[in-house]
Amino acid sequence: MFSFCTDPSDLAQFQWFSCYLTTGKHLAFYTSFGTIMLLLVITAPTALLFGFGGASAARSQFAPLRWFGKAYTSIVRGVPDIAFFLFFVIALDQAFEWMRHKVKCPDWQDPIRQGIDFVVCRDAKLPLSSSPQWVHETYGFLLAVLTFAIVFGAFAANVIYGAMRAVPKPQLETAEAYGMNNRQVFWRVLVPQMWVFALPGLSNLWMILIKATPLLFLLGVEDIVYWARELGGLKTSVFTYPHADWRLWYFLGLLVFYLGLTHVSETILARLTRRLSHGQATISGEQQRKATP
Amino acid sequence: MSCWQTIQDYGLRSIGFGERLLPKSDFTLCEQFTLIGSGLIWNVYFGVIALGIGFFLATALALAKSAENPALRKPAELFIFLFRGSPLFIQFFLAYEIFVLLPKVGVDIPLGFTEITVETRWLTKAWLGAIIVLFLNTSAYTGEIFYGALRSVPKGDVEAADAYGLTGWARFKRVIWPTMLRLAWPAYTNEAIFLFHATTLVFFSGFPAWQQKGDALYYANYFADKTFNPFVPYPILAGYFILLTLSVIALFGAINNRLNRHLPQDRRPKLRIRPQIIR
Repeated sequence: MFSFCTDPSDLAQFQWFSCYLTTGKHLAFYTSFGTIMLLLVITAPTALLFGFGGASAARSQFAPLRWFGKAYTSIVRGVPDIAFFLFFVIALDQAFEWMRHKVKCPDWQDPIRQGIDFVVCRDAKLPLSSSPQWVHETYGFLLAVLTFAIVFGAFAANVIYGAMRAVPKPQLETAEAYGMNNRQVFWRVLVPQMWVFALPGLSNLWMILIKATPLLFLLGVEDIVYWARELGGLKTSVFTYPHADWRLWYFLGLLVFYLGLTHVSETILARLTRRLSHGQATISGEQQRKATP
Repeated sequence: MSCWQTIQDYGLRSIGFGERLLPKSDFTLCEQFTLIGSGLIWNVYFGVIALGIGFFLATALALAKSAENPALRKPAELFIFLFRGSPLFIQFFLAYEIFVLLPKVGVDIPLGFTEITVETRWLTKAWLGAIIVLFLNTSAYTGEIFYGALRSVPKGDVEAADAYGLTGWARFKRVIWPTMLRLAWPAYTNEAIFLFHATTLVFFSGFPAWQQKGDALYYANYFADKTFNPFVPYPILAGYFILLTLSVIALFGAINNRLNRHLPQDRRPKLRIRPQIIR
């Protein structure tokens, strides 16, 4: 990066660090923070969409759709999310390849599952074995995003379903009395009102989503945990920048990053809670009443 | 090999009894059920111990956080912020790195009749190191729940206690604490469920599974990797965890009933699982 970095072995401490922290691998490490933010930015709206779909399905008049919605929203209660992550990332990949296989190679005779192998024809491979490295990485990342969206969509569906039930019944009955049909009641009365009830649950979900992002590492994406382990590990003198086991410092850095990220969200949450407990006959409400002259 | 034989060989494999080598190929359904179930022992162990000790630290944290004195309040706030604000996954990694760097010494603890040697290298093993992280983590989450409940104690209850002349410890023990537990119980049930789920992270985050003694997810992942077929082991794991969750709900529901036993039958709050307040 800098001109004096050509021979790092005889640099003073400050210069050594300024060279060390700007190596190509470190720049990749800094970029992976962007990967995390990208994941958050893509996953949050997608999961909200999935959640809305799931909650609407759970309220549907059509029984099979309702069963699907209920199953989708309730399965996350009982099973660890990490199991879902590990499951979906393989299952989705195999499902996509299987579908492409059915479309692209209809005259393929051999079974797809041969013992412990999953064999599809060459054209159905995802991504194609001839594609460049970045396509492979993007595909892996997109699979991870889809997995996150499915799991957090189920959480969001739970929150939104609860919020829909929290909208006062008389509101809906009034809408019906005005002659609105089911669809109109849903879109014109229920949906605009439910967000107030969904807000606390959704902001909590946002915090959980932030804290789930390091799990990208388990899904095979080169994220910040990957780089922290990679860069922090012991480097012997055969490396350009030899150092002891510094993983502790790298993970401390990640800790600070996450604390900063959640602190901003928590400040907003606290403001919300204060507004909600205003005027309540509880200890905190009482303290607020006494504090205001 | 019959299924009963498999259960005898692998039923306690995760804690080191029975067959040494894991099955390598031609996995039967029975083997998958047995090994994943055997791994569940670890999840139950982590969850029960962390919750059991965490309850007391959580109560202390909640009290400290609601204290007037900043010397008590600030550390509690910092502790809760530190453990609730960062991912458990990162905490595991960080704790493991700290434990590895600790000097390897043994400390003799005299117990009167006998003497046991506590060694710091145990901290790098999952059975102790992961427990410490999970214990601190759940204490922080539960502490926040209890703190919230403490703030929601109806002021009428406290005033009534004052009117009866109850003060200090007696007022806390007989009025505030039971009410706090009652209010916090649904959220605490949630926390317990999600702590059990969080125990699956242990063997995927730094702490190595020594001699392939891992938890349920470790074995499920083993089978999925070996067979490249996630559609059998993960649903088995899911089944086990749903059973575990149901038992937690049953146990906490019974305690909830006991906490609310002074209320008339129809006014007792039902224990509903509300995933919107997950950790």
